[in-house]
Amino acid sequence: MTNRKFVKQALSQWMDGEGPDSEVVISSRVRIARNIRNMPFPLMADPTQSHSVMEQLLGVADSGRLNGLGQIEQIRLSELTELEKLVLVEKHLISPNLANESRNGALVLSPNEDISVMINEEDHLRIQCLCSGFQVHEAWDSASKIDDIFEEQVDYAFDEKHGYLTSCPTNVGTGIRVSVMMHLPALVMTGQINRILSAVTQVGLAVRGLYGEGSEATGNLFQVSNQITLGQSEQEIIENLFQVARQMIEHEKSARSKLISESRLRVEDRVRRSFGVLSQAMIMDSKEASQRLSDIRLGVHLGLLPEVDQTTLNELLVSTQPGFLQMTFGEAMGPEDRDRSRAELIRSRLATIS
Amino acid sequence: MQCQECGKRPATLHFTKIVNGEKAELHICESCAREKGELIPGTSSGFSIHNLLSGLLDFENPNPNPMAKPPAAKCETCGMTYTQFSKIGRFGCSHCYKQFSERLDPLLKRVHGNTVHVGKVPKRAGGRLKTKREIDRLKKEMQGRIEREDFETAAQLRDRIRELEKEMSG
Repeated sequence: MTNRKFVKQALSQWMDGEGPDSEVVISSRVRIARNIRNMPFPLMADPTQSHSVMEQLLGVADSGRLNGLGQIEQIRLSELTELEKLVLVEKHLISPNLANESRNGALVLSPNEDISVMINEEDHLRIQCLCSGFQVHEAWDSASKIDDIFEEQVDYAFDEKHGYLTSCPTNVGTGIRVSVMMHLPALVMTGQINRILSAVTQVGLAVRGLYGEGSEATGNLFQVSNQITLGQSEQEIIENLFQVARQMIEHEKSARSKLISESRLRVEDRVRRSFGVLSQAMIMDSKEASQRLSDIRLGVHLGLLPEVDQTTLNELLVSTQPGFLQMTFGEAMGPEDRDRSRAELIRSRLATIS
Repeated sequence: MQCQECGKRPATLHFTKIVNGEKAELHICESCAREKGELIPGTSSGFSIHNLLSGLLDFENPNPNPMAKPPAAKCETCGMTYTQFSKIGRFGCSHCYKQFSERLDPLLKRVHGNTVHVGKVPKRAGGRLKTKREIDRLKKEMQGRIEREDFETAAQLRDRIRELEKEMSG
C-alpha cells in the first residue's frame, strides 16, 4: 500500500490537454521492447532468473544514469495492492499484462509520469514514453534516449538478421509500437468512421479502443498503432503512422466544421443535453459516461461549451474508471455502487464549472 | 470493411486460411473474435494476438517438402518445444529464433511482410552490422558516382569500402 501521487492523482502531466492537435489527439505513445542476452524471456524464466533480471534493470535506475528524468520512482509490483495496480493500468502507466501476469515485475516511473519502464512484462524491458497531443516523433526521441542509457549497461538480445529479439514474433525487429489516441466524434456521427478505419487497417496499422488490445472503442476514442515492426526502420514506421494520423486529424476537423456549419442547432442540443445529464444524473454507467463525455469534449472544441476545459475532461476520463473510483471513495464497490459514485464524481466536477 | 459476424463494428482482424489449396477468408472485429475465441480449442480466456499467431502456424502447409530438414522440435536452451510455441505464440528465449528458424521466416513474412531488420542497431553489440550497412550504403553511392562518370569520387569510395571490408574480416 502506498500513498504516492501516481496512484492518488488521476491526471498525469502528459494528459493535460496541451500539445499539437490536442483537439483531436489526446496523447501519443512509443513503446520499445528489449530483452537481455542469454537470459530466458519472462515466460520461461525461473524465479531466480526473473529476480536477477529485475535487480539488473533496477540497478541501471539506481546507477543514476536516469537522473536526467528527475526524481524517479522505482516500484516492485509486489509492493502494490491489486487496486493500485488497476489504477496504474487505468492511467496507462503499466499494461494489464504486467499487472496481472508478471513474476518479479517492476516499474520505473519519471516524476511527471511521461516515461514508464516496465520490467519483466512479456519482455524483460519495455520502455514507454507518452506525450500529450500529436507528438509521435518527440515520443520516439525520448524513448530512444532511455533505450540508449539501458544499452550502455545491458547486453541486449540482438540478431543481425532479425534485429531486437522479443518474446512475441509480432514485436521482433525494431521492437517498437507507436500509437496515438484520437477522439473522432464527428467522423462517427457523419458515418465516415468505418470507411476510414478499414482504410487504416489496409496500410499496416491497427485500430483499438482506449485500453489497447482487446478493448472496445468507447467514447469515440480510437487508438491507432503500427502492426509491422520488422523490415522497416523506426523512422519509416513513425512517419507512416504520422502521415496516416495527420490525414485522420484533417478528416475529423473538416467533419467538425461541416457539422457546425450545417447542423449547429442539433449538435449544440446534443452537447448541452449531455452536459445536463452529467450535471444532474444520479446513476451513470461507464459506457454512458464515456459517450456523454465525448459529446462534451466535442462541444468544447466547437466552442459550444466555453465553460468546460479539456484538462477536466481528461481527468474525468481516468477518474471515472472502476479502479480509480474505488481509490477515491475508499471502498470495494460492486457495479451499482460504482455507477452511483461515478455520477456523484462527475456532478461535483461539473458543478465547480457551471 | 464491416465485421462479418456482427455487421456493426469495423473488421480489424483479417484471417486467410488455406487448407489443401482451399482458401477461406474471415474478416471480423476484435469483440466478435473474442467471442469466437471461445469456440477455438485452447483459447478459453479470450482471443489474443497470440492465438492469432498460433492460428497462422496451424495453417502451415500440411504437405511440407519432405526434403526439407525437419525443424528442431525443442529449443536446447530454454526447453520450449515447437508445439508449445505454436500454442502460445511466444518464444521462451532468444535462442528459439535460431532453433525454430526454418519455420520462422514464413511466419515473419506473413506478419511483417519482411524477414530482415533494417532499424536501430545497439551501439555496443551492433558494431559489425553497422559496418556492413555502411559498406552497402557506400557501394550504392559508388554505383551512382560511376553512372555520373565521377570516377575520382568513386575511386575514393572504393578505397573506403576496401578498408571497411578489411576491418570486418580482421
